[in-house]
Amino acid sequence: MAFVLTQTINGVVFGMLLFLLAAGLTLMLGTMRIVNLAHGSFYLLGGYIGYTVAQRTHNFFLACLAGLLSIGILGILTYKTVLEKRFARETLAQVLLTFGMLLIISDVCRWIWGGNPLAIPKPEILQGTIYLGSIVVPVYRLAVIVIGGVILLFLWWFQEKTKYGAIVRAGVDDAEMAQGIGINISLVKTLVFSMGALLAGLAGVIGGPFVGLSVGLDIDILLLAIVVVIIGGMGSLRGALVGALLIGLIDSFGKSLLPELSIFTLFAAMVGVLAIRPSGLFGTK
Amino acid sequence: MHPRAFTDFLNDQISEAELEALAVENLTKDFGGVRAVNQVSFSVEPGERLAIIGPNGAGKTTLFQLLSGMLTPTSGRIFVFGKDITKLPAHQRAALGIGRTFQITNLFLNLTVLDNVMLALEASGMTRYNLVRPVSSYKHLLAQAEEILSQWGLRDRRDFPVRSLSYGEQRQLEIMLTLSQNRSFLLLDEPTCGLSPEEAQSFVSIIRAFSRDFTVLLIDHDMDVTFGIAEKVMVLHYGTVVAFGSPDEVKNNPQVQEIYMGVD
Amino acid sequence: MKERKSILRIAIVLALLCAVPVFLPSYYTGLLTLILIYAIFAMSLDILQGYTGLASLGHAAFLGTGAYIVAIINVKVFHGPHFAIELLAGVLAAAVVAALIGLIVLRNTGTYLLMILLASSMMLWGIAFKWRSLTGGDDGLPGIARPDLAFMHWNLHNTTDFYYFVLLFFVIAALLMYLVVRSSFGHTLLGIRESETRMTALGYNVWLQKYIAFIVSGVFAGLAGVLLVYYNGFVSPSELHLVTSAEVLMMVILGGVGTLFGPAMGAGIIILIKNFVSGYTEHWMIILGALYMATIMLAPQGVYRLFKRSDK
Repeated sequence: MAFVLTQTINGVVFGMLLFLLAAGLTLMLGTMRIVNLAHGSFYLLGGYIGYTVAQRTHNFFLACLAGLLSIGILGILTYKTVLEKRFARETLAQVLLTFGMLLIISDVCRWIWGGNPLAIPKPEILQGTIYLGSIVVPVYRLAVIVIGGVILLFLWWFQEKTKYGAIVRAGVDDAEMAQGIGINISLVKTLVFSMGALLAGLAGVIGGPFVGLSVGLDIDILLLAIVVVIIGGMGSLRGALVGALLIGLIDSFGKSLLPELSIFTLFAAMVGVLAIRPSGLFGTK
Repeated sequence: MHPRAFTDFLNDQISEAELEALAVENLTKDFGGVRAVNQVSFSVEPGERLAIIGPNGAGKTTLFQLLSGMLTPTSGRIFVFGKDITKLPAHQRAALGIGRTFQITNLFLNLTVLDNVMLALEASGMTRYNLVRPVSSYKHLLAQAEEILSQWGLRDRRDFPVRSLSYGEQRQLEIMLTLSQNRSFLLLDEPTCGLSPEEAQSFVSIIRAFSRDFTVLLIDHDMDVTFGIAEKVMVLHYGTVVAFGSPDEVKNNPQVQEIYMGVD
Repeated sequence: MKERKSILRIAIVLALLCAVPVFLPSYYTGLLTLILIYAIFAMSLDILQGYTGLASLGHAAFLGTGAYIVAIINVKVFHGPHFAIELLAGVLAAAVVAALIGLIVLRNTGTYLLMILLASSMMLWGIAFKWRSLTGGDDGLPGIARPDLAFMHWNLHNTTDFYYFVLLFFVIAALLMYLVVRSSFGHTLLGIRESETRMTALGYNVWLQKYIAFIVSGVFAGLAGVLLVYYNGFVSPSELHLVTSAEVLMMVILGGVGTLFGPAMGAGIIILIKNFVSGYTEHWMIILGALYMATIMLAPQGVYRLFKRSDK
């Protein structure tokens, strides 16, 4: 029983982290139809920047801010200089541009921070453990769940209650149509892209203490985020949440029960969902 | 041009003349909370020309999508010469004999005019699954394609990408593709949309000249075109059949007049 | 006249390819061998990307499958080369993988399909990575022997002999793929690329055509995988990785989508650049990434079309 509880909490924690990533990815997909292959790189780079800030200032929250802002800005820059201009309709070109960025960022990270795995130390007030029934849970992990929940609420508010969110929800990418309603579609896209990037960077720092930072993590976590979006459906925040929690739980239980086959269980989940709902759980076709 | 007979699908006991070309029973299509097509029922005799009219958003194109198989109905059934085709996938309906033009010209824009016609011709038989024999070796198909292009005056443009044709010529090409396949059922969705009045009139003459082997369903906003071709008219409003009858009956129908007075 | 020009060109290229080992040091012969193998890989992707209009970031799945099957048979089953069986099994395995994946995913299109194919290939990577007992895991499987063709007086351990061996397969594969794209089947793929709805309305079973194209494409990619593992003498999970899938897609784009032979050129360019740059700096990934981005932004039509334009 304790085992199940522990794995469940771990799964939910990891799921929340994945949600931060997948949410951005799925929103980018919904509004811009592009798969941002550099999304995992945003995570890793944000984490590394947070690591360095944490090292210098011994302030975890500054580190979070640094990760968040730096990647948010990188997101804006990326969108404005590379993605927006010539390739409004050429999805494949945009995707490959993000892949080029993946390669560059990956090498830059290795260059600056080296090839050894790093971890960000937890903030003091979130250290320690508490008892939940029969099991011991690190306070930090519970905090991750709480933060994830807060961000989830914010995203829900954005999508349901704001003008921009309505556009995102409608999946409108036609500039003329949007302008007819009085919305600057370019602004929406920039907003979505930078928000997604920002969340990825933040996630990198938040994950720093327990997932760590290492070479190859960018691709590993990108893959998980993509599987989440496939399962949840393109453009659906709800799908991102459900998919992330599902993958988080599968990953957690899978790694502890069948370590050799953990990837296979993810695969099975993905194939299973696609067989029943070809567009994902909450995807629209 | 003679369409293929449907006799392969018919029971020997039933004579062809007794069967309706098309019979639609309580056809309904919902999109989430919106009912686009509502309990539509009607039938079309072989060789008949039926025009479907109604204000924008009345469900006309959705109906065509349902008939051609691009959309699956929420409920209801569709019969072609007595055969229930409701569950048949779109490409099989096309093979059965339902040909279609689209509201927005749907051609292979980057391929040549000849390519477009060839693809229409290659659709029959097993040619399309031949992985080795070059297209250029199908001499009889090429000859057929050239013949069709000559008949319609496009032969000298055969190597031009369709993109370079005028809008009117593209519309014409679309009809040519459908006809070249000997489909006996033609669903024409706004065929004169974007054409000049002369082009539209020439189109009307072409359709009027079709033999009775062809059954034609037509959607068009141009009332001259519609009443120039139609023998029967069906009026749709919010997805429901509001009137069905001869052009005169429909013109004099008070409900129809109200709809169009309101719109205009 | 145009026909004769093309045939002349092909003859010249072939002659040059045959002459390479005679005039260049064996290092370059080896490099060209690798280029020919990736050329097959890239051309196979072009059938999907350029002709059917199906974008894939998971093409490495087939390369890797072909490679791993040969490696496993070579090292684990027979403890020695068994060319006919390995070749057949490798190509067949790639076909089976394509048939299975295609069955599940080809209902989807566009970006969603792109992601699913990416994920599928990476899943295979993950399986190869974890299943140490079968695949050697992270370390891969070393010690794969090249086929024993002594009966033909060919010693494939000799760089030159191996080069001609690969060249032979390249010519056959290129010819077959050329026939496929020129065939009426290939013609229908173009139609699908241009408008799937129009093809359906004309009576084509679009899903089935895509499925067949997917398998055909996978078969040739599998062949490339078989040759690759002979070339390297080992196999590792990177043959299944996203980086490989993206790389071959870049080869197609750089060479020219939908030109079939353009991607072969693209393969040559990228491999030469990788080779050259990695000799100078360990940060070749930054250069490669920048190259990819530059290609997309400056020459998305590809190199092959530049040649064709200079014809007119």
